[in-house]
Amino acid sequence: MSEGHSTYTPKTGIERWFDARMPLPRLVYDSFVSYPVPRNLNYMWTFGGILSIMLVAQILTGIVLAMHYAADTNLAFGSVEKIMRDVNSGWLLRYMHANGASFFFIAVYMHIFRGLYYGSYKAPRELLWILGCIIYLLMMATGFMGYVLPWGQMSFWGATVITGFFSAIPLVGNWIQQLLLGGFAVDNPTLNRFFALHYLLPFMIAGVVVLHVWALHVVGQSNPTGIEVKSKTDTVAFTPYATIKDAFGMIVFLFIFAYFIFFLPNYLGHPDNYIVANPLKTPAHIVPEWYFLPFYAILRAITFNIGPINSKLGGVLCMFGAIVMLFLVPWLDTSKVRSAVYRPWYKLFFWLFVADAILLGWLGSQPAEGSYVFMAQMATLFYFAFFLIALPVLGLIETPRRVPNSITEAVLEKNKGGSGHPVGATAAPETKG
Amino acid sequence: MSATDIQDPNRRDFLYVATGMAAVVGAGAFAWPFIDQMRPDASTLALASVEVDVASLTPGMSLIVKWRGKPVVVRNRTEKEMKDGEAVKLGDLKDPIARNANLPADAPATDANRTTPGKEAWMVMVQVCTHLGCIPLGQEGDFGGWFCPCHGSQYDTAGRIRKGPAPENMAVPVFKFISDTKIIIG
Amino acid sequence: MKKILTSLALIGLVAAGGAAFAAEEAHNAAAPTHFPMEEPKEMGWSFTGPFGTYDKAQLQRGLKVYKEVCSACHSMNLVAFRTLTDLGYSEAQVKSFAASYTIHDGPNDAGEMFDRPGKPSDYFPAPFANVEAAAAANGGAAPPDMSLLAKARGVERGFPQFVFDIFTQYDAGGPDYIHSLLTGFDQTPPTGMVIPEGTHYNPHFMSGVSLKMAKPLSDGAVTYDDGSPQTVDQYARDVSAFLMWAAEPHMEARKKTGVNVLFFLLIFGGLVYLVKRKVWEGVAH
Repeated sequence: MSEGHSTYTPKTGIERWFDARMPLPRLVYDSFVSYPVPRNLNYMWTFGGILSIMLVAQILTGIVLAMHYAADTNLAFGSVEKIMRDVNSGWLLRYMHANGASFFFIAVYMHIFRGLYYGSYKAPRELLWILGCIIYLLMMATGFMGYVLPWGQMSFWGATVITGFFSAIPLVGNWIQQLLLGGFAVDNPTLNRFFALHYLLPFMIAGVVVLHVWALHVVGQSNPTGIEVKSKTDTVAFTPYATIKDAFGMIVFLFIFAYFIFFLPNYLGHPDNYIVANPLKTPAHIVPEWYFLPFYAILRAITFNIGPINSKLGGVLCMFGAIVMLFLVPWLDTSKVRSAVYRPWYKLFFWLFVADAILLGWLGSQPAEGSYVFMAQMATLFYFAFFLIALPVLGLIETPRRVPNSITEAVLEKNKGGSGHPVGATAAPETKG
Repeated sequence: MSATDIQDPNRRDFLYVATGMAAVVGAGAFAWPFIDQMRPDASTLALASVEVDVASLTPGMSLIVKWRGKPVVVRNRTEKEMKDGEAVKLGDLKDPIARNANLPADAPATDANRTTPGKEAWMVMVQVCTHLGCIPLGQEGDFGGWFCPCHGSQYDTAGRIRKGPAPENMAVPVFKFISDTKIIIG
Repeated sequence: MKKILTSLALIGLVAAGGAAFAAEEAHNAAAPTHFPMEEPKEMGWSFTGPFGTYDKAQLQRGLKVYKEVCSACHSMNLVAFRTLTDLGYSEAQVKSFAASYTIHDGPNDAGEMFDRPGKPSDYFPAPFANVEAAAAANGGAAPPDMSLLAKARGVERGFPQFVFDIFTQYDAGGPDYIHSLLTGFDQTPPTGMVIPEGTHYNPHFMSGVSLKMAKPLSDGAVTYDDGSPQTVDQYARDVSAFLMWAAEPHMEARKKTGVNVLFFLLIFGGLVYLVKRKVWEGVAH
């Protein structure tokens, strides 16, 4: 994937035969073996690898679940229960898939926050960042439609509420909503198309992931210092250095994932989704999956009309606006320095933003009443202020700390007083030319 | 990665081998549920035995029940059918094995071995052609037994293949009479 | 790192403050706005925790309570007789248990529906022909199906309890709720509270002050053969445990597999960490 400087030399006859016809081994070697990565990547950089195994795991478990699932309003709930009760290892596969969605989002949020903290979106990585945002959007669509499939109460009412967003659009809203639903309310046509799309979208995600990785391999990875790679001593080979570190990160992540699958499989779900969908009875308290809660809080925070925009449309616009902010980040941030490590004020605002996002998530799970509404409005205000005010203004007024000249220098500085690695050791990371 | 560590190569090699083996074990264990889920599930297996009431069958009558998704014929054979079946010499049979799940795998395909002791009039048999799985028609063909319309296989009155492309006698499932009028299949 | 801690503390403060604020808001005993009025009591269950297993004798007693009391109104459509072997019954016992039920089946060769004794492959028959009949016979509220009840009920735990629940592996929200509800009848509502006619006050009910179901259990209503106390509390415990099994029949296998998986990941993770240290040895980063 990287241009020009391939270091691959086919050794055996078969490798030469392939290399002359379709240089797949060369591609793999250049992308995942000799590919140079900054030597100072920390464990926050393992989430890219974690996300790719989560995508594969979700696709695998999803395909086998589809072998037993029936996309029909009369059968869907029962077919899921049949998976849970009768299909061999069915309970395991279904819990893996359901919790897998949650852990996929945990990983993607870590990945996004890492990008925000270390300024990974800044030139020349804008396109890489935007491709990531598109993956995130596709994941949200996939997660939402997947949650509808078990056809429980939350499935049904979640689908009703979320497709209701579109009815807020002036003039064509109702038409669009009916187009999505295939009827006047969520029903069999909706379930069928959601199943079809839920099966399709992960493969589209995989496609965008290829583009994301391609873009990454053109510009190279960012790193905690935010300094571009300048010389060979700044990097190590992807294999074994990054591979083994990623593997360890993955296992730690899988450990937590397995803890939930086997001991708290319903912790991240909602009890109401074990009640079969009833179009005549809304549950007392509808909440989306946890990973949508911050956006749900923003949606509900708009309880007032803004000029000609009524509160319903306003809520929907703010909610979509909250995602649009992510797309604009590369141009909202005016700072010359990339990493928050050297930006004391940005660092503070970043952590406030994390706290704000968590607060919004918690508010989204609470009933929209009393003081919660006001808190949600304030948190929403801060959310937008972070992107629209803090990011552009801080870049202009903040005085960053001194940035080292190179990654190697930063590493050496860090290690000086600390664990006392000999200086000479730093010069020998390259083993595969 | 190459052997640059000269201090303690054994310990390092052992570590790599152990980790690699653990990875293989983990991958295998992870793969198992994906294969396991393909096996017949608990509700399918639960239906694996059916009880059939055969009180209404007089000689010359058959009934067909569905067992494991396949038709099983229960036939109360006529005197003539039984005689025809007994008269066949083992040497004339295309498949000399009884194919009776209640008997050892190498039992010869005598007429008696195709039925159950004391109830020799009764044929209980999976009515599926052993060629490619079509359902033969009963009491048709040159041997008065079964005839498969798909590719012309002919079975005799004991369900043994006599002519045509099918390789084996039709299968006799596990079954027993739990009373004079009740059969349990499976 | 200091920044992270400060921020986390900040989140905690804001969240806790908000929760306290909200809790203060509505507390009018006669006209409560949040349900249940009383949180479910946490009972000890044999099946909780990483090594939890079902108490088979308890499940058998629970089945008896279900059969003799609950099943008059509540269906359990997703549970097949064959699965009762999990409760420690033999195949023969399951067969005769199934045969004690009448299953409406058909059509037969004449095209007619007919009744026959149950087989292990059958599911518990429903007490009413359909949801409408169930609702009509029960004052307009159809009694919920019990197959998944223990997973379909659960009172929200609130902050910070839901964080602790991750570490204590609290997974008995359903059984705790069912037990509390069943033992929560017979209480006097606060003065001034309006109890709609035809409903029964229960402070543990999670969607209102009262519910259509009358107190279903009374002391001595079900005879136990194993000498367990024949009290409402014991009945409620047993049937709650039974319903947990009905909702999650593979829980034991799940937890057992989980212990093995975590053990494996621990060992494997340790090995990979050692390899990682070897690989990065001498490379400052």
